[in-house]
This record gives sequence, structure tokens and C-alpha cells, in this order.
Amino acid sequence: MYSASDFRKGLKVQIDGEPYIMTDFSFSKPGKGQALYRARLRNMITGNAFEKTFRSNDKLEKAALEERTMQYLYKQGDEYFFMDNVSFEQLEMSKAQLGDAVNFLTDNMDVDVLQYNGRPIGVTLPNFVNLLVTQSDPWVKGDTSGSDSKPVTLETGYVVQVPPFIEEGDKLQIDTRTGVYVTRVKE
Amino acid sequence: MIPLHGLHLRAVLIQALRTFFIDRGYLEVDTPIRIPAPAPEAYIEPITSEGWFLQTSPELCMKRLLAAGIPRIFQLCKCFRKGERGDRHLPEFTMLEWYAAGSNYRDQMTDCEALLRHLALAIGKGGVLEWQGCRIDLGPEWERLTVAEGFRRYAPCTVEEALRKDQFDELLVEYVEPHLGMTTPTFLYDYPAVLGALARLSPTDPSVAERFELYVAGLELANGFSELVDPVEQRARFLTEQETIRLLGRDPGPMPERFLDGLELMPPAAGIALGVERLVMLFAGAEQIDQVVSFTPEGL
Repeated sequence: MYSASDFRKGLKVQIDGEPYIMTDFSFSKPGKGQALYRARLRNMITGNAFEKTFRSNDKLEKAALEERTMQYLYKQGDEYFFMDNVSFEQLEMSKAQLGDAVNFLTDNMDVDVLQYNGRPIGVTLPNFVNLLVTQSDPWVKGDTSGSDSKPVTLETGYVVQVPPFIEEGDKLQIDTRTGVYVTRVKE
Repeated sequence: MIPLHGLHLRAVLIQALRTFFIDRGYLEVDTPIRIPAPAPEAYIEPITSEGWFLQTSPELCMKRLLAAGIPRIFQLCKCFRKGERGDRHLPEFTMLEWYAAGSNYRDQMTDCEALLRHLALAIGKGGVLEWQGCRIDLGPEWERLTVAEGFRRYAPCTVEEALRKDQFDELLVEYVEPHLGMTTPTFLYDYPAVLGALARLSPTDPSVAERFELYVAGLELANGFSELVDPVEQRARFLTEQETIRLLGRDPGPMPERFLDGLELMPPAAGIALGVERLVMLFAGAEQIDQVVSFTPEGL
């Protein structure tokens, strides 16, 4: 059980048998009054969100979540397939379930698959991934638009803003939490 | 990262605060931070220190100085409150507290007006503060709103209903506070008697206590009272608070007996506590309390 004073962004809890993630959290306390903890909770399966105010004595159950390291194999249509490296058990997740993670999945990459009551509900990626640039327009020197970045397409189909010197075939390090370009990597 | 802008402004404001009080004949005092018995307050939890307590406010010691015959005192000091951490809260923060014998809570409201205008001038802001997209005019008559009227105007039920349903704090925070101090600062005053803390009841309407809170752009800045100087009534209120603390599963700690003894000799007076970090936030245009302290607990 978590008491309200343990609340923070990213906490995973269970309400009425469903897993929720706390996406926002604020503390307030009127003069001489009670501490109030306002939390925004998002259902990790349906995506539905709501806000609620808790008092310090209120408690929330810890979500019955399990994380397993699995290897991403391939995708077929909108389905993504993963395999447990030890038991060789396979499972699939839809594009909708994976959300932004589909932008950063490359074949044979290890990810943490989050399971709720044995059902996969999402993945946790490494903070940084290296991805190949598959398409990039040449940057015209003397470009008068004044911009110091240009868009390129990565091997996953993800489009990201990068500095002008990046070319097709470069490998880029991307921060999966923010989706932004970090640096060019040499391999 | 050390917030240079906030720290510079903080230093200037603290200097200006001292000048304000010293020019008005207040004596700056310095009472102990570590005390054997804080005031029992249900929702203010002290941090312990080898069986004693870090003060949650310098109130008790300052009142003993008034009882000892010093009529006008002010203090800038650190206070500690367990579990308080948010955009506007730190478990260790700086309090400005001042007391004047022979005055009441209305005099304190006037003093607050003079103080904020003095500070605005001292940092060259003129009469207008800008905070969180609000322009707050310090010049004209500030709004004075009773708690009952605040609930009538903004909340979905009356203050009596809110108390009966044990929803006073939630409704105050959600419905009332966001409207307070949006064009001029607002004094929310005459709190229900049960929320009187250490304030005396109104001689004309004993259902309310002579307590006020100052709000600027929804930010709660200061809490003032006409002080309760009746030791019998004060003890009864402390006992009620101690009972609530027990119900909440905490140890209420010892009764502040020496303070209650001293209350016998305390002259009629009014006092006020003002959060210094919040004051700096307001003048610095800072959204978070972290921007006006040298270090946060997480940064240590």
C-alpha cells in the first residue's frame, strides 16, 4: 500500500482491479488545514484519466505489475512480437498498446515488458537508443530560413529534427523519454 | 542549480523588511528553534530532535516575550514542518513573525498593506506586482472578504455545510482560493470558531475567530490573529487539537505549560506570520519555491 505522502509522478497503483499510473501530482495545504494531495491517474490499459484529491491518511494499493526482459523480434502489420530469452515464450502487442515506443524499437533489441495479471500492457525502453538515418535531404548552404536544424527519417520511420551536418547512413543516439536527437555515434 | 535571481532578491527584501520594522519601533528578537513543546495543532506536524521539537513557528516563545513586557517584536527565523513539500512548500522554510501589543487583526491587515507597499518600493517595482499572469495593484483599498462570504460567492455550499461534511479544506483550495487576490491582495477573514487556532473569538459574533489569511494571486502569504489571551480557553482548544492528533495516529506530545502560564500576563495583542519564500516568489515572479532558496532538501 502507498499512503498519500508516498505519492509522486510515475507511481503505479491499482484501483478497482485496474492498473493506473500517476501522471501528475501536486501538494497543497491551506493555512492550519489538512495536507491535500491532488493526483492525476491514467488507466494503463484503457488510457482513461481522472483527477482526485487525497488526504494524508488515504491509501492506494500497489499495482500487481510484473516486468520481464524480452527481445523485440519483428512486426507484422500493426502487431509487434517479443520473445522471452530464457523460456522462448512469445507474445504480441498492438501499436496502440506500445504508443510512442514503436518509434524506437529495432530488431533484437532488449526491452522490459510490463505485465498486469499476466497480460502485456506496455514496454519500458532503454533511455537511449541508436538508430540509422534512412532518408535525409541535403542541407542547402546559405539557407535563408535561418533554421539550424532539419528533419530526417530514421529506420523505424520516426522523423526527428537534427543538425544540418547529419547525412543518410549516419547512426544517431535518440533519447527515448523525450524523443529528441542527442548526438551522432560512430560505430 | 543555484537560483541567483531569487537569492539576490531575497537578500534585498530581507534588508527592506528589517528597515520597515525597525523604523516602526519593533525590536528584532531571536528565540530558540529547538523547543520542548510546540503548540498542539492537528495538521501541523513537528520534526523531533532528541526528544524535543524543531519549532513549527516561533509563536509560543514570542508571546512569552510579549507577556514579559516587550510590546513590539519581530523575528525572521527557520521553521520546520514534517511532510510539507510541493511547489509552494518546503519542510524547512523562513518565517517572518511580528506582534504588537494593544492592536487587533484589523490593525495587522493595515500593517500588511504598508509592508508590501514598502517592499515594492524598495525593489523599484512601483505599486503593481505581476505573478502567474495576474497584475495585482498594491495601491487601492485591498479586498476584505469574510470566509462565509468567500464560500457563498465561490463554493458549491455554505461554510457551515462544508464544516459539517468535513470538506472545508478541499472546498477552500478548489473553489475559493483560486479567486483570492487576483486584482488587489485579498484578506480572507473571520474564520469559523473551530478553525480559530490561537485567535480570540469575535466579541460581536462568537461563531467566528478574529483570524485572517492574506492571499495574492491565489498564493497564501500570511496568517494573522487578534491573539487569544485566555489561558483556560487556550488549554481547552489545545486539548481538542491533541485529541484529533491522537485520532490521526500521532503522539500529541507534551502540553506547552510555560506558554499557558505566561498567557495570564500577556497584554491584548495581534500577531502575524508571513512565509518569506512565498513573498520572494511573488516579487521574483517565481512559480516554484525552489527558485528562491539556496538549496532544496533534494539538492543537499
